[in-house]
Amino acid sequence: MGAFLEALYFIVPVSIAYAAPLIFVAIGGVFSEKSGVINIGLEGLMVMGAFVGIVFNLTFADQLGGSTIWFSLLAAMVVSGIFSLLHAVASISFRADQTISGVAINMLGVAIALFAVKLIYDKGQTDYVSEQFIRFDIPVLSDIPFIGPMFFSDVYSTSILAIAVAILAWFVIYKTPFGLRLRAVGEHPMAADTMGVKVNRMRYIAVVLSGMLAGIGGAAYAQSISYEFSHSTINGQGFMALAAMIFGKWHPLGAMGAALFFGLAQSLKIVGGSIDFIDQVPTVYLDILPYVLTILALAGFIGKASAPKAIGQPYIKGKR
Amino acid sequence: MSNRLINILVPAVSVVLGLLVGALIMLFTGYDPIEGYAALWNGIFGDIYAIGETIRQITPYILAGLAVAFAFRTGLFNIGVEGQLIVGWFAAAWVGVAFTDLPAFIHLPLAVLAAAVAGAFWGFIPGLLKAKLKVHEVIVTIMMNYIALFVTNALIRYVSDGGDNTGRIAESASLGSPFLQGLTDFSRLHYGILIALAMVFVMWFILEKTKTGFELKAVGFNQNASEYAGMNVSRNIILSMVIAGAFAGLAGAMEALGTFQYANVKGGFTGIGFDGIAVALLGANTPLGVVFGATLFGALQYGSLNMPNEAGVPVEIVSIVIAIIIFFVASGYVLRLFLEKISSKKEAK
Repeated sequence: MGAFLEALYFIVPVSIAYAAPLIFVAIGGVFSEKSGVINIGLEGLMVMGAFVGIVFNLTFADQLGGSTIWFSLLAAMVVSGIFSLLHAVASISFRADQTISGVAINMLGVAIALFAVKLIYDKGQTDYVSEQFIRFDIPVLSDIPFIGPMFFSDVYSTSILAIAVAILAWFVIYKTPFGLRLRAVGEHPMAADTMGVKVNRMRYIAVVLSGMLAGIGGAAYAQSISYEFSHSTINGQGFMALAAMIFGKWHPLGAMGAALFFGLAQSLKIVGGSIDFIDQVPTVYLDILPYVLTILALAGFIGKASAPKAIGQPYIKGKR
Repeated sequence: MSNRLINILVPAVSVVLGLLVGALIMLFTGYDPIEGYAALWNGIFGDIYAIGETIRQITPYILAGLAVAFAFRTGLFNIGVEGQLIVGWFAAAWVGVAFTDLPAFIHLPLAVLAAAVAGAFWGFIPGLLKAKLKVHEVIVTIMMNYIALFVTNALIRYVSDGGDNTGRIAESASLGSPFLQGLTDFSRLHYGILIALAMVFVMWFILEKTKTGFELKAVGFNQNASEYAGMNVSRNIILSMVIAGAFAGLAGAMEALGTFQYANVKGGFTGIGFDGIAVALLGANTPLGVVFGATLFGALQYGSLNMPNEAGVPVEIVSIVIAIIIFFVASGYVLRLFLEKISSKKEAK
């Protein structure tokens, strides 16, 4: 039992650390898709966030010191938000196929980031950042037996922020007029339009929100896990967040739960080798677990996951 | 302006605009766009070796484009080409390595077939889920891409006793062609281009000349009407994904049996599958259009490799250009509006 607890105290904090970036990005996805705009481009937006976060960090670490990491998050949020406008314009105003536009965002995000890294640093990857998110023990709470070492020790501040964002997103989407309009626009845009909701404006806001959150997620990942930026820094984290959003049934708290679970799968892959029993499991099963579960959830084997009704369709005024 | 002309003009204008944006980006980032594009041109057409390699690069692009286009004609969005390609790559390489004493006329077709079957199976799963449980194929195929990546990596490690490479395939399974290599100053050009072009014909034949093709397209136009006309919608959806997956699997065979002659553990995707979406989009999902799209994007991707050496421009500029072309083609509605406006003004005069 003692060894098992030790293992838990070890795994749980790492899982939460891996989950935090996924939570940001998945919540971003929830905003966009609740409004009826498919966002396959989360990966590209996240890449952009990681890139901006690292470059900002490297550039301003000397001036800003300890607060660099937070300003980097902010910079990544702003740039990815602007970058997501491209997806918004194409899929909302220009009525492009939202999936295709998302694919283009992914391609463009990686390409622009690598192009810029080579332009600025004259090599394919950046240096390691000196200012990083570091773990800390929350005073008092970490002294609670059992819960303390599991949830309140070795915590990243991004993890706390991520969970706060998830709860805030739940409140905004389900308890405020803005959230009601957001959901209305994604379920039945014509009805929402009739009631005076500006459909396209709501969708623009939702897509930009998703870009901002994906940017934060990317910068959080880069500054707490990879510490540098190269072509393989994000490598599918955005798609995993997309999976978390679906596995969480397009609900902010569901997405958070799914992200935590996927974070566990990722951390087991990395630290599992040192834990009895888990080191017997071939890592390939942990690798594919999030994706298999998402397919099963969609197929209705793990509850029914259903997307907002008007997802993927551009809203054209006056068309029935 | 006729509708037909506009249909051709939209992609053409998009390509020009994409290249123009690429030039502007180079200009603003301090690179010389003329030098950059000259290096690109030389990378594609510079000498006979470059031309051979360009055609080699175009080969899997044709098949990846067909895999997207074919599914699209049945109203399905196959983002899973990447995964179908990877499993095809592994299957072909494994058959190439595992059998050593087969004659070439059995071994090579067997390896090619294995790739097609593996890709088809990878397409079958999302097809089945879509047909029977109405699960959206976009998400399932994305998830299948990652499953393919990790599973094939594990299988490669398994068959190579923990290594990261299957080892070289037997000569009897190789698509390599001393004749084509000799013709192109020893590039890696291989007979796969003939398979790719044959598949272009196969797609055209299935869609235009068979009852099955008619049904597949009918389901793409209107599922309810097809059902009412007595067609089996589920069967057609599955069939479409299976055939599309087989095309993608063959694209993997091109890499396994032609270009690389092995399969290795991959840290990420090849990118060919995603570029296949661009190829199909530019080619308006027609077989001949796919050949044009693959030629353009395959050539751009291969030619871009010459840009850092000759002009100092990062290769990523070409991916930026391709992504922007996708945006323009996908936003065809606006471009169409614009072109129609111009033509109506001309007619008024």
